[in-house]
Amino acid sequence: MSGSNPSAAILPLELVDLTFEVSGRRLVDGISARLEAGSRTLILGTNGAGKSLTLRLAHGLLEPTAGSVRWCGPGAADATRRQAMVFEQTVLLRRSAAANVEYPLAARGVDRQTRRARVAEVLARTGLTALAGRPARVLSAGERQRLSLARAWALEPEVLFLDEPTASLDPSATRAVEDLILTIGASDTKIVMTSHDLAQARRLADEVWFLHAGNLLERASAQAFFERPESEKGRAFLRGELLW
Amino acid sequence: MVGAGRLIVSLGVFCLACSPAHEERFITLASTTSTENSGLLGAILPEFQARTGIEVRVVAVGTGQALGLARRGDADVVMVHDRDSEDRFVSAGWGVERVDVMYNDFVLVGPKSDPAGIGGWRDAPRGLARIAEVRAPFVSRGDDSGTWKAERRLWKASGIDPSPDSGTWYSESGSGMGATLNTAAGIDAYTLTDRGTWLSFGNRGNLTILVEGDERLFNPYGAMLVNPALHPHVKAADGRAFIEWIVSDEGRAAISGFQIHGETLFHPTGSNPLRP
Amino acid sequence: MNEVSEGFRTAFSMLVGLDPQLVEIVALSLRVTLSALAIACVIGFPVGGALALLRFPGRRVLAVIFDALMGFPPVVAGLLVYLLLSRGGPGGSLGWLFTPKAMVVVQVVIIAPIIVALSRRVMVDLWEEYEEQLRSLGVGPGRAILTLLWDGRFSLLTTVLAGFGRAIAEVGGVIIVGGNIAHVTRVMTTAIALETSRGDLALALALGIILMVLSLLVNGTATLASSAARNAG
Repeated sequence: MSGSNPSAAILPLELVDLTFEVSGRRLVDGISARLEAGSRTLILGTNGAGKSLTLRLAHGLLEPTAGSVRWCGPGAADATRRQAMVFEQTVLLRRSAAANVEYPLAARGVDRQTRRARVAEVLARTGLTALAGRPARVLSAGERQRLSLARAWALEPEVLFLDEPTASLDPSATRAVEDLILTIGASDTKIVMTSHDLAQARRLADEVWFLHAGNLLERASAQAFFERPESEKGRAFLRGELLW
Repeated sequence: MVGAGRLIVSLGVFCLACSPAHEERFITLASTTSTENSGLLGAILPEFQARTGIEVRVVAVGTGQALGLARRGDADVVMVHDRDSEDRFVSAGWGVERVDVMYNDFVLVGPKSDPAGIGGWRDAPRGLARIAEVRAPFVSRGDDSGTWKAERRLWKASGIDPSPDSGTWYSESGSGMGATLNTAAGIDAYTLTDRGTWLSFGNRGNLTILVEGDERLFNPYGAMLVNPALHPHVKAADGRAFIEWIVSDEGRAAISGFQIHGETLFHPTGSNPLRP
Repeated sequence: MNEVSEGFRTAFSMLVGLDPQLVEIVALSLRVTLSALAIACVIGFPVGGALALLRFPGRRVLAVIFDALMGFPPVVAGLLVYLLLSRGGPGGSLGWLFTPKAMVVVQVVIIAPIIVALSRRVMVDLWEEYEEQLRSLGVGPGRAILTLLWDGRFSLLTTVLAGFGRAIAEVGGVIIVGGNIAHVTRVMTTAIALETSRGDLALALALGIILMVLSLLVNGTATLASSAARNAG
């Protein structure tokens, strides 16, 4: 299940002077950066740094107060359908696990046979086949987040945004979800994820965007950031001293 | 749970759809609460239906409302008990072929304790005057009905206008005869009622008949066909059939045959030698 | 208070003996109210959903208006529908006046605002929870409304039962447009009104008790069914 088809690619994503204000407060303060295909991008920072907002602005859930979000690939016109997002608090419908995965496919007009096949495939690849008929709401938190990922994956997105997907999970559930993220990322889906967990970032990141107080302070490869952070805040963050 | 939702919807549609096919013949009769509540219509209409196959659907409201319905063409035949209103209705062209159907009388009922001391009197307007004099509680229909208009005529004859006292000893219930009787029984008040409703009323409390027999308590009922020239959809033929039947020998027998506790409630016109 | 105990006795014997007049009146009451309920839901749920999900000018004003209409006096609704369906009125040629159809119409008018107002509130809460995820999945407003209606079905059941309660207990509207015609438009509430005006209070009470029993049965069944479904997930 590949997410890429070069002639319909929507990446790269260009953020130009992206700004988001609420009641006069600048929560995202003029971020300019480019999201390229291939690597797993982790947006790091403390709580309140503006990570979640940046993600939502990039995904199109919020309108920027100033600045722009622009998909530059040849398939950009179809950009909304080629992305998916997973949230920290899973939102699943009051129906079975399989029905939840099938839901957005049906909404997109995919025919029943194809839908069913894809649902079965993605449940198998996420290890949730045994739970297919269960009501989604009775699954454990980890299973629900994996189901959320399965649902997103079934859409074959080119870009998958994840907002602190494991923040509410215990270590073993976190591990399972991270494995899944790696698998999905390996199948040509661009991973863009926020986290405030340093250890997780070390495990998953290829590229790091470090945000603080709404500003993009650093943008580098994971290795470069972890070994030689350029900004003072970045260094403080890595030392675990940055609280907000 | 989809099942339950679908069930409700299909039940609803099914219910609407399978309403018994009222494709049978029927006419709509706008009449008064006195004829309905007394049970007269319930007793005699099945005879008419048996003879002609025409169902009579009765909408029982006050005289004013009944004439209003008829004027708007929402009924085919109207039967009420206020001669003045009926005559005006006909001369205005809203009704045709008016006939006298039957009569009964009004009675003045009140608490057994009779604070006005009018029990046994035959002079209704004098009785009312006495009630006003002692300010004994009195409940009026106050609703533009035939009974109410009769009451107003009696007050006029008594020379007293109780309206300024409305809300004190004189109450205007604005309701039908039954509700008014309920109120009167509840507060031990006097009220004017037709004998038919009284005889079949089940909640008399302390009330009893105190004044009766006055000629001015005469209560005639008339019926008219709603003018088909004004309202072409009116079921003129069947409406006429009803009017003809109700003044026919058979109809009159049915009316006088309706009794409660051996008493005849309504007298077909022309049967009482003392009254035309 | 004799009437109360006599009322209970009469109610019991009417129920046990399945008095045919009673059966006829109960059947008509249910027919009219359930039909009105179904129609009101079909109209009301989408409107409630639209008010909950869509942004348009005047949305808040409309929401307040529907909330207020929940208190709309049934007798006024009866008057309006009467004027609508009267021969002199726009709907006169339909011939619905003094038939159960008119009663269904007036009950729809009375309970639709309840359905709209209450379902709107349920869906506003749900939308708060679901909005981001559904928009991310690319679900359009129409489909989103249907999804919320389905996902909120247990909360919406209360809305439906509220509508049922209001309609089955209503008398002011149906008596004006129905005319309380025996065997045609006489329902439980109008029969109670009639027997009260006849002074037969025990019978009126008996009918009232039976109406309450009916309402209890409906509410009980619906609640049980929904609990079962809810536990099944």
